[in-house]
Amino acid sequence: MTPIRIAFLGLTDAAVLVAAREKGFAQAEGIALELLRDTSWATLRDRLVYGQVQAAHMLAPLAVAVTLGLSQQPCALAAPCKLNVNGNLLVMAPDFAAALEPDATARLGDPLATAHDFAAAIGLHHRKPIIGVVHRFSSHALILRYFLASAGIDPDRDVVLRVLPPSLMVEAMRTGEIDGFTAGEPWGSAAIDAGLAEAVAASERLWQRGVEKVLAFRADWMDAHPETVDALVRALAKAALWCDDPANRAELALLLADPAHVGQPAALIERALAGRIVPRAGEAPVSLPDFMLFAREATPFPWRSQALWIYSQLVRWKMVKPSDDARARAAAVFRPDVYRRALADSDLPMPGASMKVEGAVAAPLPIGAPRGSITLGPDRFFDGRAFDPERIEEYLASFGPSAGA
Amino acid sequence: MLQVRKGWVLRIVIIDDSGARASVLEEGLREAGYDDIHVMPPRGAFVARLERMAPDVVLMDLGNPSRDTLEEMLAVSRALARPIAMFVDQSEADATAAAIDAGISAYVVDGLRKERVKPILDLAIRRFNAFARMQAELEEARTQLADRKTIDRAKAILMATRGLSEPDAYALLRTTAMNQGKKMVEIAAALITASDLLGGTS
Repeated sequence: MTPIRIAFLGLTDAAVLVAAREKGFAQAEGIALELLRDTSWATLRDRLVYGQVQAAHMLAPLAVAVTLGLSQQPCALAAPCKLNVNGNLLVMAPDFAAALEPDATARLGDPLATAHDFAAAIGLHHRKPIIGVVHRFSSHALILRYFLASAGIDPDRDVVLRVLPPSLMVEAMRTGEIDGFTAGEPWGSAAIDAGLAEAVAASERLWQRGVEKVLAFRADWMDAHPETVDALVRALAKAALWCDDPANRAELALLLADPAHVGQPAALIERALAGRIVPRAGEAPVSLPDFMLFAREATPFPWRSQALWIYSQLVRWKMVKPSDDARARAAAVFRPDVYRRALADSDLPMPGASMKVEGAVAAPLPIGAPRGSITLGPDRFFDGRAFDPERIEEYLASFGPSAGA
Repeated sequence: MLQVRKGWVLRIVIIDDSGARASVLEEGLREAGYDDIHVMPPRGAFVARLERMAPDVVLMDLGNPSRDTLEEMLAVSRALARPIAMFVDQSEADATAAAIDAGISAYVVDGLRKERVKPILDLAIRRFNAFARMQAELEEARTQLADRKTIDRAKAILMATRGLSEPDAYALLRTTAMNQGKKMVEIAAALITASDLLGGTS
């Protein structure tokens, strides 16, 4: 057995790692998997960068940022697979949300209209609203900026973005320190259940297949241990299939509810897994079937175009100076070559390409694959823009100078 | 809140929830001759207070969930005259790794020389390790006490229900544990549960 330690945060989207350990998928691949729970992304990053753990459950933009030297000690990281797509909620306090579309299904279903209502709500609010985000280099923060900017809101001027760890968001709502927040589940649902917030947007409706957490290694360690890495990727691919199977949802929710993992009630956790989001305390759930994906449509496959989308957003918000070098290093964080190598002998369908135009699929689309067949799910952005990784400058220019480009 | 700064004194801020750990660290630093030390729990507007203090060194427990909040402030603060970043010394990567192992992160103002930071970090590592040992010992003592109580209760049950003497009750628990390859406290706990289920009084 090869021992592997992986750091994670207590979130529903750590599901694949938890299942790999608890359901024996890691062991079957000869890996003695140890999971180490952290409470901040900074500590998870440090454990990975300084070698206390071999891998981490990491925000995809943070993996890119650490590689580009934007988050403390620079270190080339590498992600051979994604751990999920989607899974976040934007929630706001009921007094702020009162100015938005009251029908929750309509509100979540039309983010562009909701963004405009949000702009109006800011004007009605007695001060700049303070919105909690989990990290500046999180998918949540990047998509929130995109969402706000679509209605002419400048996220650096018209609102205050306050960084708080997911587990402290609910308490910060209770004390009035923040007016709303965006975080991975189950924290949005926990705030809704406590009557402190209402659902305003679901990440699944902002980018239908939004890159979220990845399995991140130090690139040098990953390259030096190909057999161990391949075994782990295989174990995670099987665990992801198990997690996606509706028949296993209740058991998965129970596993995650354990205090060593997420430590929240199983019924609360199951909402995100089942795509049934309760938008307000006591209301019937809204059905969002793609709320969180683990395996189907080759979800774990690390499309390089998704790493480049992250890079484009870092440029858009002036977090990094654009350069060919930075772009190349960002793209290299996602390692489809390792994913292909690890799963070469499996019967999982495998995309032939490593890049695609993101946001171009409006309805389920079968694509060619050297092995098996893959149907890509709809992956549109809420404003209808498509991201062509070969034309990043054009893409950024389309947002106009006022929106941060 | 702004305080008069002596040109050569390093201002150290310890961000910590645990009063005990922060005191152990503060005490060590004072003994070593640092006297501009401030302890701050990471609650409420700690970031604004920290900005006003303009520290040279910030020490923070790795397990503290507010590290992301602190780093964000370090990244965007306009109030800080000089940028602060994690202490990373390439020539002594081991020192940073040792700090991470000890569970401590150190943020240091730009331009502060390594020779001035290293002793503080070393001291913090020693104190953090000592504190962790102390906690572990305390925990062990607590467990031992709880175990003894469980064993005492099981002994009392055996003495009452089987008319055994105290040494015989103890011996019976010990031999049973040895025969089953379990800890005595496990056998004792099982006995208590069984007795409770059978409606016994103990």
